Amino acid sequence: MSDLKITGLHKHYGAYHAVKGIDLEVPSGEFTVLVGPSGCGKSTLLRTIAGLEEASAGTIEIGGKDVTWARPRDRDIAMVFQNYALYPYLNVYENIAFGLRARRVASAEVDKRVKRAAEMLGIAQLHTFVDALLFLFDEPLSNLDAQLRDDMRVEIKRLHQELGRTMIYVTHDQIEAMTLADRIALLRDGKIEQLGAPLDLFERPATRFVAGFLGSPKMNFLPATIEAGEVILRDGTKLTLPPGRKAPNGQAVVLGLRPQHIAKAGASAALGHVQLPSTIELVQPTGSRVQVSMPLGGISITAEFAAHEVTAPGEQVRIDIDMTRAVLIDPQTDKVI
Amino acid sequence: MTTVPFHRRKETKLVFRYLTAASLVVIFVFPIYWLFAISFKTPGEIFAFPPVWYPKSIQFNNYAVLFRDGDAKTVGNSLVVASVSTFFAMIFGTIAAYSLVRFRTGGENLAVWIISQRMMPPVAIVFPVFLFYVWLGWVDTYIGLIILYTAFSLPYVIWMMRGYIEDIPLELEESALIDGCSRWEVLWKVVFPMARSGLFATAVFTFVFSWNDFLFALVLTRTEVTTYTVQVTHYFGGQSNFWSKIAAMSVLGTIPVFITVATLQRYLVRGISMGAVKG
Repeated sequence: MSDLKITGLHKHYGAYHAVKGIDLEVPSGEFTVLVGPSGCGKSTLLRTIAGLEEASAGTIEIGGKDVTWARPRDRDIAMVFQNYALYPYLNVYENIAFGLRARRVASAEVDKRVKRAAEMLGIAQLHTFVDALLFLFDEPLSNLDAQLRDDMRVEIKRLHQELGRTMIYVTHDQIEAMTLADRIALLRDGKIEQLGAPLDLFERPATRFVAGFLGSPKMNFLPATIEAGEVILRDGTKLTLPPGRKAPNGQAVVLGLRPQHIAKAGASAALGHVQLPSTIELVQPTGSRVQVSMPLGGISITAEFAAHEVTAPGEQVRIDIDMTRAVLIDPQTDKVI
Repeated sequence: MTTVPFHRRKETKLVFRYLTAASLVVIFVFPIYWLFAISFKTPGEIFAFPPVWYPKSIQFNNYAVLFRDGDAKTVGNSLVVASVSTFFAMIFGTIAAYSLVRFRTGGENLAVWIISQRMMPPVAIVFPVFLFYVWLGWVDTYIGLIILYTAFSLPYVIWMMRGYIEDIPLELEESALIDGCSRWEVLWKVVFPMARSGLFATAVFTFVFSWNDFLFALVLTRTEVTTYTVQVTHYFGGQSNFWSKIAAMSVLGTIPVFITVATLQRYLVRGISMGAVKG
């Protein structure tokens, strides 16, 4: 059974078309992350689900009930906002109890639940801890510093495991999306670009946008052409065609290579791998790994090596490209071939 | 040749500063002191020359006369019309301001139009209002003055509360809406407590405006609901002025405002500075 079903949802702000026809079904208990760049409509979509914005067209069903025109309080939802939304004039207890009192829960029950919530969480945003069918999160961690963000991400994931409730989470941070989600809906320009499990999106992106959005450092995109079953880069470098990919001779393509799939070469190349000489231009150690920039196919690309594999710019290395993981993109449609 | 040591120069500067401050205080406080002093003086002391700087003994005769003649009731009238109209203006004004801010009622122009009403000189409407009130039978009634003061204070209240409400994070209200509050509950449980300082500051000013009004009270009252500002003018006579009554009545008229401001001072300072940040 699905807890949330959105059909043909549109949202206009005057002439601005923020959400352009979204269909989304979220099964019970699933953690769905809506991710995308600023202005892609992810927050608008969430706010429309919550009833804080009115839908311009389409329907929203929560728990099998059409709530498109229902008030926020009649939708059986709880929501966490980017800013803490704590009432400064109330003490901690009253802050937690606010939502329960607003729902006219008996005071003995309020007391019991407030104490349980306080035990479970310990900090901010507690007053949303009410029994709801659908939990909505609107970039709840983006105001926190890096350390606390990591801790809270773990807490949210644990909360989801413990409560087993359906959660919808909006973020622009792809790491948060990857780590938290059962399923990611990647939004672009008011539409869902791709919907699927995090690793599906990472490994089998449907478009250049998805390929570029997920993963850090970003995927390298190299213009190339297909000739005689090989990928020819601008400077004439020849790479083997990724297995199972078909493209007609002479077709212009964009080759997508993740930095993680370019390594320092070992003794011999594995099947589907290509080895090439290159010169290091820039070294950025991150601790456990090191990000290096080097020229390939006429542009500068980024690769990720193990920590001590390179030390300084100017170093001559042999690199190993895993072409089995590469993606080919049609530059006309930006779709992955 | 000797030079003045640095610390000595600093001391001189400080002494000069204190002297300036003290003389300014005297200039500003003296008229108020004089008013209070006269209200406790006997007629002989009031007209004595050279002036009597302080009354020989505190006597309340000047006040007793006001209460005996029923003149003191006008302070009560002022209190009733000013506080009731402030109450209604705050309620309606805050609701209107909320609507302007959160629902963009009337767009940008409505808010500006509302405040422009405040710029109209009261004297321009006082006679049309008088004729209208005669027709309604509202001249010299509480309801007449209360409605007028409420209407007249509304633009100010709306304008001020609009600024304070804009400062309330939208998330607090949305969170309350999702948690199960209705719009009215949001107003009562979130907006009012969050804007408390602004509410009090605005209420004090609204109260003082109504309290100090003279023009409308003069035209729209006769005997029943005369306010103290109008009553004071009755003591300025053709042949002589009743200084003792003028002083005692003025003191009576000052006390309620003084008490209001003193008790709400905490909110007043915070409220005014809040408003100062946001236009």
